[in-house]
Order: sequence, then structure tokens, then C-alpha cells
Amino acid sequence: MLLAGMLLSVAILVLGGLAAGVLARNCPERAVALAVGANLLAAGIGLVIALLTLLTGASQMTVLPWSVPLGTLALRLDPLSAFFAVPTLLVSGLAALYGRGYLAGKGPSSWLWFNLMVASLVGVLLSADGLLFLLCWEAMSVTSFLLVILEDERAEVRHAGQVYLVATHLGTAFLMVLFLVVSPGAETLAFPRAGTLPPTLAGLAFVLGLVGFGTKAGFVPAHVWLPEAHPAAPSHVSAFLSGVILKSGIYGLLRVVTWAQQPSDWWGWVLVLTGLVSGILGVVFALAQHDLKRLLACHSVENLGIIALGLGLGLLGLSGGSPLAAALGLGGGLLHVWNHAWFKSLLFMGAGALGKATGSLQIEAAGGLLRRMPGTGGAFLVGSAAISGLPPFNGFVSEFLVFMAALELLRSVHPLAGAVGLGGLALISGLAVACFAKVCGVVFLGEPRSPGAEKATETRRAMLVPMLLLAALCLLVGLAAPLVIGVLDAPLGQLAAGADLGPVRASLGWLAALGGLVLLAGLALGHALSRRPSQPGMTWDCGYSRPTARMQYTAASFAGPLTEMFSFVLPFRRHGKPVEGFFPDAAEDHGEVPDPFNQRLYEPIFRGLMRFSLRVRAFQHGEVQLYLLYIVIALIALFIWEAL
Amino acid sequence: MTGTVDFLLVSMVLANLWVLGSSRLPSCIRALAFQGVALGLLPFALYPGHITWDLVMLALVSITLKAVVFPHLLKRALLEARVDPQVEPFVGHGVSLVVGVASLALSVALFRRHPLPIVPPSDLLMPVAVSTLLVGLFVLIARRKALTQALGYLVFENGIQAFGLGVLQHAPLMVELGILLDIFFAVFVMGITIFHIRRAFATLDTMEMAELRG
Repeated sequence: MLLAGMLLSVAILVLGGLAAGVLARNCPERAVALAVGANLLAAGIGLVIALLTLLTGASQMTVLPWSVPLGTLALRLDPLSAFFAVPTLLVSGLAALYGRGYLAGKGPSSWLWFNLMVASLVGVLLSADGLLFLLCWEAMSVTSFLLVILEDERAEVRHAGQVYLVATHLGTAFLMVLFLVVSPGAETLAFPRAGTLPPTLAGLAFVLGLVGFGTKAGFVPAHVWLPEAHPAAPSHVSAFLSGVILKSGIYGLLRVVTWAQQPSDWWGWVLVLTGLVSGILGVVFALAQHDLKRLLACHSVENLGIIALGLGLGLLGLSGGSPLAAALGLGGGLLHVWNHAWFKSLLFMGAGALGKATGSLQIEAAGGLLRRMPGTGGAFLVGSAAISGLPPFNGFVSEFLVFMAALELLRSVHPLAGAVGLGGLALISGLAVACFAKVCGVVFLGEPRSPGAEKATETRRAMLVPMLLLAALCLLVGLAAPLVIGVLDAPLGQLAAGADLGPVRASLGWLAALGGLVLLAGLALGHALSRRPSQPGMTWDCGYSRPTARMQYTAASFAGPLTEMFSFVLPFRRHGKPVEGFFPDAAEDHGEVPDPFNQRLYEPIFRGLMRFSLRVRAFQHGEVQLYLLYIVIALIALFIWEAL
Repeated sequence: MTGTVDFLLVSMVLANLWVLGSSRLPSCIRALAFQGVALGLLPFALYPGHITWDLVMLALVSITLKAVVFPHLLKRALLEARVDPQVEPFVGHGVSLVVGVASLALSVALFRRHPLPIVPPSDLLMPVAVSTLLVGLFVLIARRKALTQALGYLVFENGIQAFGLGVLQHAPLMVELGILLDIFFAVFVMGITIFHIRRAFATLDTMEMAELRG
């Protein structure tokens, strides 16, 4: 019944997309309306079903007839897949609503790809068969690629699309091997039963899954495609890619974990280290970015790192025999999946709205936007506070759970892992606050730095409403934390038997109440201050009588001390003409930070590959006679080999 | 009947060498027709005791196609496309002849060393079939014109059909018919294509067609 409902929602998505594809040319407005309507309807039905599954903990499986070699049409809806279906459908609905306003009639046929992308992701979550999973996975990758290159008249978008396509297929190659290795029989690629894989096989599966799914999730060092592809896409697609599609990697990894008889110690360690490296490097890269969407994409690397850290700590708790640490770590990681989906899609939508209003995504070109765009600015501020892990917003709740897991491990079974996790997460959170202080300060406060920012006006309502809804959700999850963590019980039960989040419920309640009070007090204070008569005036200008907007603090100078502190991982390139002497000439100062992994790891590899391919290309010359000669040589070689 | 079989097989080998050694296209086409006749008569000589209706029909269709229809189509293509009747080989005629003989020697050696699991009706049949096949491939590789590609393909098909005769008891009639139909369409399509390529590019030199690659 529940499964059938979920399939109905997939069918609505697909039909809506196909209808939009057919109608796109002749009546584009109706096509868009149909596709967006299908998204909203599917999201409504699917959300109810997913939440029901989460609350009841029910699990349903069905096998439909399908005559494909190696494959069975095995579908399963269990709490783990339902848990990931919730952000998928919620964000897809809101992103579709936003996208309608954002695209404003451009590219009506892109809605076919959008709906198919959402449907194939739900398909990924429902499949219980390796072949079906891979098919849906590929469909998701290809449709999202088509959306990434929607604005393909720009050269950097084409480049981003290429990088994305290569990265996603490299990841899929590992997944193919994974499913071949774990499938129980020779003629099938069906998923193994939960809790059946013996340790060695499970370890191999974990490593393959970590590489394959980790590429999708954007773990360092497989993250390089992410800051390219996500900013290139239109904003509603970036919101879905960053908020939801990255999580499909986490889902896959967790699915692999459920197959194991007993997760080993080293899995936890590997995930903790991956998470720490991704988290710290992600936020450090973000600090150095000048493009708003690129910066947000780097923060996705950071947040997926936090998720991995939480899951790793949880697995260490599980294998070390501490059910509380397991519940806290895994629960924190899982909850961060949800939370990141809300605030990251909110932030990407906000960035899109800012970009539309000012005509530029460069942070240094903005300024003073909070007064010009109060709705967008307010929602973006809420998202920033949430992603920085500040109470009373949702990001705080999940990071708090991960902190508690680290503390619990420190106290009991794995002191070292606890200490490392605690320190690392503290560093990540601190840097994230610094980074968003930079973004919000430069973009929203001060005076406009460009004519575009000066002329900016509040964004249209179709784009504003989804952002406000997401902002409300961020606050709601933060304030209702003790209730919200109830949805974690069923998926946690699948990952770690006996894990229970009960002990932290009370403290979360106190924290939420405190956060709420502080928020109320802040609002009251703000209200009181706003009623005082005020008048804009000049700041003290050191005696210089003609200040301009260009004299404000810039984003690069704000982040400078921090990026210089991390210069051992960031190859900071700075060039220009310094200020010299008492009466200096015109001076300039530029800086950029190329991704060190791209520069030192991938570029040499791909350059070598290219050189090799060019050499091989000599064989493909278009002369039929020589092609035939190749065949004959192969044939004669076989003859001779057989004759010997 | 061994004498007749050997005579027909030697005719096929001679036709191969004729194709390889001739420098003019009409002459090559005649060699192909000659080989078609020899191949069509071969089943009667091989299975004198089992002349059935379908064998006769098959032979008739085969001779009609290979000795009449295909050469006619090729000649028409030659005339209509106004192709220069020179063969234009990459590999000279002398060397080509050596290759032809070498292919026969290789085939004989191959079947001497590795006899087939089934007993063919004649010792020479399989080596000749394989050598015809190799000569067909060689013509495909070593000649420049699009028309010679069609020619090489037909010689190649003759080799396959001769090989099929050796295992006729084991290969159903349907397969034979399938092969015939297959090459009929191939020639048909090639004839049309050659004509149109000529019209579009004013050349039938395959080297210049290589410019089309992406």
C-alpha cells in the first residue's frame, strides 16, 4: 500500500515531465505549469507516505516481473529509504516552485529532465536490486548533467558539465564492481540480505562503496567536480543537486553498512578521517572563494564531511559496544542529512535571487542588500545561521548530536577518536561561522559596491515563498528538536540494533527552549531599537573627506588572515602592484586560490590520459582499408595462436 | 566426381588470382562472374547422390545472382558513375599475386595441421574456401576505389558460401538463403551509395572520403 503510493508519486513525476517535454515547444507555459504541478502533487503524496513509513517503521518489498538479464524489478520501501525520500520530495517540490519563477519561461523542456531527475532519485531509494539501482543511478546522473549544462552558451558551464560527467561515471564504475561483488548468486545482481555479508567481503564492499558513493557525495579528494558543477547549474537545480543528490551517496554508503554482519572498527576510523579532511578543507576552500555559489558548493563538501564524521563516530560506537555513542553519531549524521538539505537549498535559492537582482554572483560586487531585499536577505541570514551551527536553528541540533557522540566516545570506548572528532568539528564550526560572517557582512551590510547592487530590488514572490518556507523549516526543526529526533528511531534501528536517542531528548529540549528565549529576546531588542529615530550618517573617515563604497572592507581582506593561516594546504596566488612610498601610485592586489587537488592530483593524471589518447587516435584515421587490416591482423593472429 | 570437384575448385582459385592480377575493373567483374558460376556448380559435383529440389533451386538462385545480377549491377555502377576503369591498387599486382598464393598455402597448412571435426566432401574444399575469404579481405584492404570494396566483399562472401558447402549437411537451408539475401541487399545498397557518393563528392577515392571523419 505504502510502496504503491510511492510508485504513484514516481509515476506522476514521470508523466508530468513527459507532458512538459511534449508541450514545451507549442505551449511552453502550460508545459511548465504541468511539470511544476506534477512535482508538487508527487511531493505531497510521497511526503505523507515517507513520513508514515518513518513513524510506523514499516518495511515493504515487492518483486515485479521484468525480463532483463541479471535484473529483477525488486522494490523496497523501508525507514532508511523513506528517511532520504523526505528531503528529496520536499526540496524537489519547493525547488520546482522556485525554478518556475527563476527560469521565467526560459528552457521549458528542461522540466522534463528535472522531473526525471527527481523520479530517478526516488527510484534509487526504492530499488532493492543492483541492476535497477545502477539504471536509476545513471538516469539521475545523466539528467542532472543535462540540467547542469542548461546555460551551455557559457564556456565555463560546458567545462563544468564535462568535469561532472567524467566524475560521476568514474564513481559509477566502482559501484558496478560493488554490486558484482556483493550479489548473492551468479545470475543475479540482487542486493544481499541485511546483516549477511561476512567481514572480508563486507570490508571490500565498504571500500568500493566509499569510493563510488563518496565521489557522488563529494568527499575529499573526490570533491573537485562539485565546486565546478553546482555553481554552473541554474539555482533551483543547484539547490536540488547540493541539497539532495549529494545525499544519495550517503544513502548508498549506509545501505552497504546494513548488509554487513558487523561493521568493523576501521570503517569508523576511515569515515571519521574522511569526514574531518572533507570538513576542514571544504570550509577552508570556501573561505577563499569569491563567487557566492562556488562558496556554497565548497560548504557542501564541508557539510557532507560533518555527516561522514557523525556516521564514522557512530560506527566506532557500534563496533566498540557503546549503543549511546552509536545512536548519537549515526543519529547526528542522519539528521544533518535533513538539515543540510533545508539550509543548503535555501542558501542556493537565495544566491540565485541575489544573482538575478544584482546581475552578478561575485561577493565583492554586492553590498547593502539587506535594506534593498529584506525578504531574501532575512531568509539567507537564517540559512547562514543554520549552516554555521548556531542555536536555535536546525544545524545546531545535528552538530550538537555529533559533538555528544564525540564526547561519549571520549569518555568510554574510543578516547582518541572522540578527541579527534571533538577538535575537528569545533574547528569546522568555527571556520564556518567566520566564512558566513564574511558572506553576510559583505553582501548584506555596508554600501553597494556596483551599479547592479545599487539597483537591486526584492525578488519576485514565486521565488521568495519557497525560501521563506525553508527558513521557517530551519527554525522549526531547531525549536522542536526533541520531537524531530523521533523520526530517527526507525532508520537507526536498521543501522544499529538497540540504539536509542532517549537520553539526550531532555537536554535538547532545554537547549531548544533556551535558544527560543534568546531569539525572542533578540527580536524584542531589535524591535525596540528600530523604533528609535535614526538617521544614516558617515562613519569616521580618518580625516579623508571623500569616502567611496570601494573603501569598504572586502571579502578577500576579511578572510585574508584565515586563508593565510591555511596557506600550507591552499596554494594562494597573489599578484599585483603593492603600495610603495609616501606618495604611492595606483596600486592593485589580486588573489585567487586554485584547488590544490585539481592542480597537483587530477590535472597531471588527465594530461597524461590526454597525451595517451592523442597517440592512440592515430589509429582512428577514417581509412576503411586500414580498419579492415586491423581485423585481418587480429584474425590471423588468432589463427596462428590456435595453430601453435 | 573428384576430377570435376577439383576442376571447379581450381577454377575458383584461378578466379581469385585473376581478381588480384587484373588491372582493369571490367576484367575483375568478369572474374567474379566466373567464380560465381564455379561456386554455383560446386554442390552438384560435391554431392552427386543427393541432388534434391532445394539444392537445385539454391544453385540456380546463386548462379543467377553471382554470375548475372551482381556483375550487371557493378558494371552499371561503373558506367553510370563514370568511374575510371583502372583498379588503382595500394599493393602492386605482382605482390598481390604472391599474397594470393601465400593465402592458399597458409590455408592448406592450417587444415593439414588442424583437421575439422566433420569430414568435408573434398580435401581441397576447405582450404580453397578460406583462401577465397582471405583474398576477399585482401582486396578490401589493398584496393583504393569504392567499387573494388564491393568487389572484395563479394569475393569474401563467395569464400563463406564455399565454406558453408563443406558443412552443408549440418547447415540448414535457411542459413544459405539468409546469406544470399544479405549480400543481395549489400550490393543493392552499395550500388546506390556509390552512385550517390559520386554525385555528392565527385570522387570515389576512399582516401578522400577519409576526410569526412569527425
